[in-house]
Amino acid sequence: MRPQVLQGIHFMNGDVACAEGAIAAGCKFFAGYPITPATEIAERMSDRLPEIDGIYIQMEDEMASMAAILGASWGGVKSMTATSGPGFSLMMENYGLGLMTETPCVIVDIMRGGPSTGLPTLVSQGDVMQSRWGTHGDVGVISLVPSSPQEMFDFAIRAFNLSEQYRLPVVILGDEIVAHMTEKVVIPSAEEIKLTPRRHPKVPPSEYLPFAPDDDLVPPMACAGEGYNVHVTGLTHDDRGYPVITPEAQKDLVSRLVNKIRKNANDILDWEEQELEDADIVVIAYGSVARCAKEAVRRARNDGINVGLLRPKTIWPFPEDRVKKLAEYVKLFIVPEVNFGQIAFEVERHSVYHAQTLLIPKMGGDIHTPEEILKAIKEMA
Amino acid sequence: MPNKTKNHKNKKPKVTKPHRVSKRGRTKKRLVDIHTSRDRYTPIHEFSPTRDTYEHGIHPMDQYLRPGRIPHIWCSGCGLGSIMTCFIKAVQELDLDASKIAIVSGIGCTGRVAGYMNLDTYHTTHGRAIPFATGLKLAKPDMHVVVYSGDGDLFAIGGNHFIHAARRNVDIDIICVNNYNYAMTGGQVAPTTPIRARTTTTPYGNFEYSFNLPYVAIGSGAVFVARWTALHVRRLKETFKEAILKRGFTFTEVLSPCPSAYNRMNKLGDGLDEMRYYKEHCIIKHGADPAEAKLGIHKDIIVGKFVDKDKPTFMDLYNDELAVVHGKEPTLEISKKK
Repeated sequence: MRPQVLQGIHFMNGDVACAEGAIAAGCKFFAGYPITPATEIAERMSDRLPEIDGIYIQMEDEMASMAAILGASWGGVKSMTATSGPGFSLMMENYGLGLMTETPCVIVDIMRGGPSTGLPTLVSQGDVMQSRWGTHGDVGVISLVPSSPQEMFDFAIRAFNLSEQYRLPVVILGDEIVAHMTEKVVIPSAEEIKLTPRRHPKVPPSEYLPFAPDDDLVPPMACAGEGYNVHVTGLTHDDRGYPVITPEAQKDLVSRLVNKIRKNANDILDWEEQELEDADIVVIAYGSVARCAKEAVRRARNDGINVGLLRPKTIWPFPEDRVKKLAEYVKLFIVPEVNFGQIAFEVERHSVYHAQTLLIPKMGGDIHTPEEILKAIKEMA
Repeated sequence: MPNKTKNHKNKKPKVTKPHRVSKRGRTKKRLVDIHTSRDRYTPIHEFSPTRDTYEHGIHPMDQYLRPGRIPHIWCSGCGLGSIMTCFIKAVQELDLDASKIAIVSGIGCTGRVAGYMNLDTYHTTHGRAIPFATGLKLAKPDMHVVVYSGDGDLFAIGGNHFIHAARRNVDIDIICVNNYNYAMTGGQVAPTTPIRARTTTTPYGNFEYSFNLPYVAIGSGAVFVARWTALHVRRLKETFKEAILKRGFTFTEVLSPCPSAYNRMNKLGDGLDEMRYYKEHCIIKHGADPAEAKLGIHKDIIVGKFVDKDKPTFMDLYNDELAVVHGKEPTLEISKKK
């Protein structure tokens, strides 16, 4: 019988690493539906969860999977699902419910070529905007973009911590290459893994207002069976959780849901940067593409070009302040991504009038080679 | 701000804690103001800004209703109120720990039940009450999880979830209030609308076959299936008690008048006329073949408990699976067979 945390050095693919990260973070409930290229996560969870007395359930579709993990989360259990583009589209409905009802859980979306059934077995980065705006209405969201199996493991833990801290479904936006790439994954000991506990109410039920936030705009959460008799609704609600269908209640609630991410963005944001101090050109890349971008930047530096790399690890919230600051002295941003321009427009939005943005799009199926990115850098230098 | 709260307190000595000051110094009064001034559905009792002022109780069922939520939004003549009363009575008579009952609802008139009950209640998305309840039940096996929703929610948009939860025999209780149409949106055709009945989207009469819900439930694997109407309050209450205690997936269909939409479109009169119809046309037939219990417009209604059998639940089988994983012997016959 394997322990909850598989401490040691492993050779595993991104999907398996992600599942191990979730289990190390205390995930005890997985509901999912088979879909390439995320199936290995479900398979690993079905293998591992019974060992630690967790529950694996294969639901009838992705809508049900998403609903089930929300229900399990309200039952006080850390829960997760994993899917790819077509399933992610189906999950948008209850992703919205999770955001509205402030339910902590984790959704793993392994991006494959779209739209529709698209390229089931091949890579894309086409779901970036879907994770931001896919569900209707205004929301604040958190999405993480790992670029190695090690990060699939690390970000799974961070995703659970962020979801508990800010009470929302957190999305891990892996891509097919990161998910199916097999690499060294170092799993630390259980003691070394820092976990954020759920924020329980500190007042008795008679004084508890389920959606009255603490100073950081996040309310403490009373789960089912704790005697707090909480009403949870997807309707616009007041601090008591009661539905209130007015513009004022909508303003109070939705602005808080957006602001709890915006105002805490500095704590959530994470990125890697390389040689930005004297850069004229900055390559902004994430996920598997960032690996090739890194190599392209290294080669360009060897050729004497002042180029740097910014690799967001959290794509939502976007490191917009960093981009704004860079735009003051950088002349060009190059954004290679496996879509027809999603983050490139975000970069452009935050650097407009200061720096140019060049998109290197790929329609999906493969990622940029370092040579392609290097060629663009050299042409623009 | 604290001074203001104090003054306010002095004015109404009866109220022990009307407006508490939160840790951040913002008074809770703000909430009450929003509520009284803007929410037309929930005019608040002047002595009940918070639930603790209700503790003394005004009505024997009061503790099961959320403070400040009544009157409800349901139309006069609708059966939902009396059906909810039956449910509360069942919970009271079973003397269950209220913190061990959760209600999960979808969207629609019946979906609003969750918002009125003073329990752990979850008003989810349209059709997804059952998978949400499945997750909740598996995470909290010691709780009674009841799905309280309408026919459109459970059998059109949520139909797939219904048959799969029944197939798995998840230990949840489904209460389906069937009013033959989508009432919240004004009375459109539903999968339960009888053939030839009029709705706002079948102005010339419905031309689709309808579901026979108990038959669907039994075919899908439910271990307990019953049907009553809003008229059969005592029998319904007893059925609710049985269903709550029953291990496994239970299904209770409750027919309800819909005077504002379905009855009006079909000239069936008001709520009382429909109740009279139930009285004259319901035939109690326990153990009846559900295939024979199809509903129709101007037809007799067969009610009763159709099925009550025992079968290992999802968690029973899963616990056996866990036993095998941990190197122990499974306990169920069905798990032992290779």
